[in-house]
Amino acid sequence: MAGIDDVAKALERVPGGGIILTSIDAIADWSRGYSLWMMPMGTACCAMELIAASFSKFDFDRHGSIPRPDPRHTDVMVVAGTITHKMAPSVKRLWEQMPDPKWCIAMGNCAISGGIFYYDTYSVVRGVDEFLPVDVYIAGCPPRPEALQDAILRLREKVRAESVSPGRARTIESILPLPSDAPRGSGGDAE
Amino acid sequence: MTEPRDTAVAPETPVPVVDDNGHLIVNIGPSHPSTHGVCRVLVELDGEIVVKAEPIIGHLHRGIEKMAENRTYLQVVPLTDRLDYVGSMYANWAYCRAVERLAGIRVPERAEYIRVIVCELQRIASHMMAIGPAGADTGATSAFMYTFWQREMVVDLFEALCGARLTYNYVRPGGVASDLPDGWIERCRAFIAQHPAAMLEIDRFLFGNVIFRARTKGIGVLDAADAVAWGATGPVARGSGMSWDLRRDDPYSVYPRFDFDVPVGSRGDAYDRARVRVYEAVESCRIIGQALDGLAEFKPGDIMAEAMPRLLAPPPGDAYDHIESARGSLGVYLVSDGSVRPYRMKVRSPAFCNLALLPLLAEGHTLSDLVVILGSLDPVFGEVDR
Repeated sequence: MAGIDDVAKALERVPGGGIILTSIDAIADWSRGYSLWMMPMGTACCAMELIAASFSKFDFDRHGSIPRPDPRHTDVMVVAGTITHKMAPSVKRLWEQMPDPKWCIAMGNCAISGGIFYYDTYSVVRGVDEFLPVDVYIAGCPPRPEALQDAILRLREKVRAESVSPGRARTIESILPLPSDAPRGSGGDAE
Repeated sequence: MTEPRDTAVAPETPVPVVDDNGHLIVNIGPSHPSTHGVCRVLVELDGEIVVKAEPIIGHLHRGIEKMAENRTYLQVVPLTDRLDYVGSMYANWAYCRAVERLAGIRVPERAEYIRVIVCELQRIASHMMAIGPAGADTGATSAFMYTFWQREMVVDLFEALCGARLTYNYVRPGGVASDLPDGWIERCRAFIAQHPAAMLEIDRFLFGNVIFRARTKGIGVLDAADAVAWGATGPVARGSGMSWDLRRDDPYSVYPRFDFDVPVGSRGDAYDRARVRVYEAVESCRIIGQALDGLAEFKPGDIMAEAMPRLLAPPPGDAYDHIESARGSLGVYLVSDGSVRPYRMKVRSPAFCNLALLPLLAEGHTLSDLVVILGSLDPVFGEVDR
């Protein structure tokens, strides 16, 4: 668990054990990253994978991500599904009801760009970033629950890097592989 | 955080709080955990009693029927996946049957058997998403865990079959996309062997639960005459004692070769509608078992009609075909003008027709029962709004 190791680096152990010293912002950032409660803004197909994510096989409770239908309880809005022009005002209002600090995950191609409904339709908003500040995008139609898990972990790193105290943002070594890490031409293509 | 781009989001329509009769107007949805999707219900309340419940739909209207006019016949299949996203195989199949009728394509029998198998598996997966939330709506969340586990097993089977967990794009005009992978039949047999016992367990511990019975029995009673008059189909109609199942009453594909029963409720309340689904899932296991046995007669790999053109251009005309989906009679009407794209596609959505019953059923019940009634109708808004 590199995440906990990072905190351990910021801690000072008093010889003899039992007491640790740290700064308030370090412990606050650490704990904030580990309890990202989700506002499940599930509208269409992706909502099924969002439900699957919180059930026994994938069990997102172990990441501290509990879906709460009330915007006032939540930290991260997961926009899962197509947002139509009729739905957009409600999504925006729910986003405004969420207390700061808040983050947004755009789950699935519809939430990223309209996806399969980009062309030839008159009723679909072309990406939820038209009106919400999106932090993490997950591609897929629909993405697997593992992809949502990846998004939660990435968001956690981002949350912990942005400090609660102004001007104390830190860089955190990512435990997750980035697309640029893969050597060229090894994109999983069967040769 | 990135700054949002500046776009105009239209303001919501304001709703009065109290009407002229002193009744309270309560707005439920479109984002509400109990609406099973993006349904908005405007409820007029006298105290706690529902005087009028008006579903406001269209929050997921994506214009799929219009989009189909700009796609070739094969390109429409992925769009049909996104209609009823809890049971994608059905919309695939209903659309493909309409195309096949329009173009006069004969589907190989092996493909028909595979279609029956995947659609009955889909019925199980879809009913698990109806029974579980029926419990969750009354506070019994643990039942949802059990049914969802059964659903995950089906989803795993589908993933082995076509690589997708939810949007399969598997049933294609002329047959199916690929043959069954190695070992799939054994995995499927293992699933149907354990499923009836799991349903029996659900039947005992959810439908025998005192609280669940108290919350659902006698709630939202739909009599058979109303079910016919309002065009209800599927488990909603069968829960009211209307024995109507297209698999038996308008047989299509290879269903006449299978021996199965059509479970029917007697009282037409939320309890019967939910319980009918449990027994339908068990009957689906019987059908799958027979279809897997029958599959051995046919040559592997014979899954696509012969001489299928790369670009289908059916002769001018129209065709309608319907199948029994997990929600009822799902029909697709296609008009061709002889070009490579459909001139018009119309989907007869069972979820839409069943949702129309909500004002009738909810009247006179309490607000908390409205949630139970809506759950028992099992709407999927991808299909309601299209």
